[in-house]
Amino acid sequence: MAKQATRITVNGKSHARVVESRLTLADFLRHELGLTGTHLGCEHGVCGACTVLVDGRSARSCLMFAVQANGCEVTTVEGLTPDGGLSALQQAFMDNHGLQCGFCTPGMLITLTELLRDNADPTEQEIREALTGNLCRCTGYAGIVKAALDAAQRLRGGSGA
Amino acid sequence: MGAKHFGASVKRLEDPALLAGRGRFVDDIKLPGILHACFVRSPHAHALIRAIDGGPAMEMPGVHAVLATADLPEPMDRMPIPMLTPNPAIAVARTQTVLARDEVCYVGQPIAVVVADSRYIAEDAAAAVIVEYDVLAAVGDCRAGIADGAPRAHSDLDTNIIARFPSAYGDVDAAFAGAAHVFQEVLWQHRGGGMAMETRAVLASHDPASDMLTVWSGTQTPHLGRGTLGDLLARNIESIRMIAPDVGGGFGPKAIFYPEEAAIPAAALKLGRPVKWIEDRREHFLCATQERDQYWDTAIAVDADGKILGVRGTMLHDSGAFVPWGVIMPYIAAVTVPGPYVVPAYSLETVVVLTNKVATTPVRGAGRPQAVFAMERLMDRVARELSLDRAEVRRRNFIQPEQMPYPVGLLFRDGKPLVYDSGDYPKAQQAALDLAGYDGFRERQRAARDQGRLIGIGIGNYVEGTGLGPFEGVTVRVLPSGKVAVATGATNQGQGTRTTLSQIVAEQVGCRIEDIVMTTGDTGAIAQGVGAFASRQAVNAGCSAQIAGQAVRQRIVALAARALGVDGADIDLEDGNAVATTGNKPMIPFGELARLAQGIPGVSLPAGQAAGLEHTAYYAPTQAAYCSGTHVVEVEVDHMTGGVKVISYAVAHDSGRVINPLIVDGQVQGGVAHGIGNALLEWMQYDANAQPLTTTFADYLLPMATDVPTCAIAHVETVNPLNPLGVKGAGEGGTIPAPAAIISAIEDALSPFNVHFAETPLMPERIVAALRAAGAYEKMLA
Repeated sequence: MAKQATRITVNGKSHARVVESRLTLADFLRHELGLTGTHLGCEHGVCGACTVLVDGRSARSCLMFAVQANGCEVTTVEGLTPDGGLSALQQAFMDNHGLQCGFCTPGMLITLTELLRDNADPTEQEIREALTGNLCRCTGYAGIVKAALDAAQRLRGGSGA
Repeated sequence: MGAKHFGASVKRLEDPALLAGRGRFVDDIKLPGILHACFVRSPHAHALIRAIDGGPAMEMPGVHAVLATADLPEPMDRMPIPMLTPNPAIAVARTQTVLARDEVCYVGQPIAVVVADSRYIAEDAAAAVIVEYDVLAAVGDCRAGIADGAPRAHSDLDTNIIARFPSAYGDVDAAFAGAAHVFQEVLWQHRGGGMAMETRAVLASHDPASDMLTVWSGTQTPHLGRGTLGDLLARNIESIRMIAPDVGGGFGPKAIFYPEEAAIPAAALKLGRPVKWIEDRREHFLCATQERDQYWDTAIAVDADGKILGVRGTMLHDSGAFVPWGVIMPYIAAVTVPGPYVVPAYSLETVVVLTNKVATTPVRGAGRPQAVFAMERLMDRVARELSLDRAEVRRRNFIQPEQMPYPVGLLFRDGKPLVYDSGDYPKAQQAALDLAGYDGFRERQRAARDQGRLIGIGIGNYVEGTGLGPFEGVTVRVLPSGKVAVATGATNQGQGTRTTLSQIVAEQVGCRIEDIVMTTGDTGAIAQGVGAFASRQAVNAGCSAQIAGQAVRQRIVALAARALGVDGADIDLEDGNAVATTGNKPMIPFGELARLAQGIPGVSLPAGQAAGLEHTAYYAPTQAAYCSGTHVVEVEVDHMTGGVKVISYAVAHDSGRVINPLIVDGQVQGGVAHGIGNALLEWMQYDANAQPLTTTFADYLLPMATDVPTCAIAHVETVNPLNPLGVKGAGEGGTIPAPAAIISAIEDALSPFNVHFAETPLMPERIVAALRAAGAYEKMLA
């Protein structure tokens, strides 16, 4: 199987590897780098559990080959997490019961990180539309939407809900 | 400080790791020397296997084994997977063998397993395994399966009917003979799946030094799984440890034992290396069990005022190709019909039919959504025919709170008479109606219609038997570090089991909640366990946590009294310390007491002192705990596209005393989302030859964030008098009445056109077709 030299910066750290061309970015992150926070729920680009940021834009890591990320900067859920604590968005998820089994959560966090970066004051409807690329089977989304609104307020400097 | 935990919205202890990407799901576990597996599966719904040739696959670099059934250890090579839920009504308890022997009976049935250096190679090699088949006629529909001359789902059986049983009480014929009105409804519900976001997953590793076979499985029932694996391997279960680590959702299908949970350990034993299998989503659509295909022919007899005199009918249940969970689901459906209503006479004949589809076993609701759909459709029909308000018809028929405990007249699936322990159904319905603004709805509806919008409201009531036995266990043990270890056979797929049990233990023992070290779903941590299904863990494990916590508390107090030289009545337990309330208020930390409780080597313990600060309780409920509730939903229907939008959703829910409102609300909200999927979106479709047609999330639609409103939720707490916590289950009630309420609301929205619906899911094309058939479009243009 053809292999290619690939260099990908993940969460600020550069990784050089020779990988099979067919290795997905998701499997590269999970199994080559041991960053198992990125999850695979469908491997056909619908569920969004595997969502990561590639050069700052959300992408399905199950639908990308690792070699396609050559030279890119990738951010995973591990990269969103401050040392020894939780980010404002993560804390808002905990405070608003935005997760149950936690399997879809990393993808949700990535999608909402992008949304809140680009729109500091989203409406509930904007949040729901942003989340249509991420499936959650446990929560019925209510806690996730509430967490996103709460996090937006915290990030704008408000006190949060 | 006791009351600070129970009943409070304690933030979940599970969350920090999961939010940081530090969860530990099966596929996150790395072991040295690990190999990866892929299964060869039947592409046919029904076929005889003529030959299997793994030779070409074995020649591929990186392939370690291609195992067919003959390569499996005894008795797994021929023994059907044990069925744990017997019922005398089952004529043939047909379950599958781990790998197919000579006949495959559904698409996806495993035939061989390929083990290789990577999943990528294993998939390549699985595609290179050559299997020769003689294709047989398949049973693609349970209605066709009972017809004369129908093909048979299993070639060695002379019928597809695997069970037939009555559920009845009272004189139903007399009730119908004397009724002012009789109405009939013919209903059907289609298959969907649990569709947990994490697919199934198994990792097995054998340690030759200890001869311990460790199996990590994304299961709801590790203790049951260990027992089954022990049977299939003829292996002492003390030499098997099954662990359910973080599991990404369960919803029922992960409660049964699957072939992969045996084949992967067998491969690990054979190869002497750890072997992992992670199901892909397509396999999940093909092979994870599903639910809800039922066909109902029901009738209701009422008097002139709309009071129920009797309900009768027949129900056809598609069991799929096997009965791994017996006839539990159709049984539950059959006895759930009367619900919160006084139904003086009842008779339902249930027929369970084999088809060549993957087996049906409980999915969140487990037969109850179908039963509630049947009863609530009948209630709506009575309201319509008698020109009564739908809430009023229900009000006239409710069992009243003073009638509790209320014997329905049937046997429940726990083997005990179906007796509702508690509940206030009129109050719950009123609470949901109030939340939904029911009184003002007709005005809203008129105003919307003036704007050309069609909105409707629907009601669904239910009673659900939860908290089923036989038991669950909890061990509470104070460690010399002062931490409190808690171990349970209960499992956690997102329900917050760790948090709720910690709340109970912290309150009883008097420790800080963060000092609890919890082990869930690990057969190595507690001798016996059952697992997660039937909304049972808050009742079973919760009560065990309460009992074990109380016992440990008594031991701590007794030991502290001795150590501090005060009376036990003068000891308070707070934040991990025993504190005397008298004298100069001396205190002693739990850790020190734990050391004292271990005694001195060689020295007798003081009289009356037991070994260790530890207790294990196995609470066994005497019967099911009957939770209940009402859903009221408002929808808008686009008459041109058939699209349905859920505008608002109100739930009044009685799960007894609430341990953690945050978690219970989350269960209700998530359950409603599942119910919206069942009502409007989720349909696992097969063609007439039982070939699956919907095997991706692009074909089979799950509810998205834009499909599910945030529910308004009221807790109507009637304390369960039968267990020490006063609790009832909460995991499935959100799903159970949702399809009934939503279809009712759609019908109400379209009431100007007099269209009626009898199925779930109700797809847009069906709505448009019904409107067209009713002449609605001509009417609109006129």
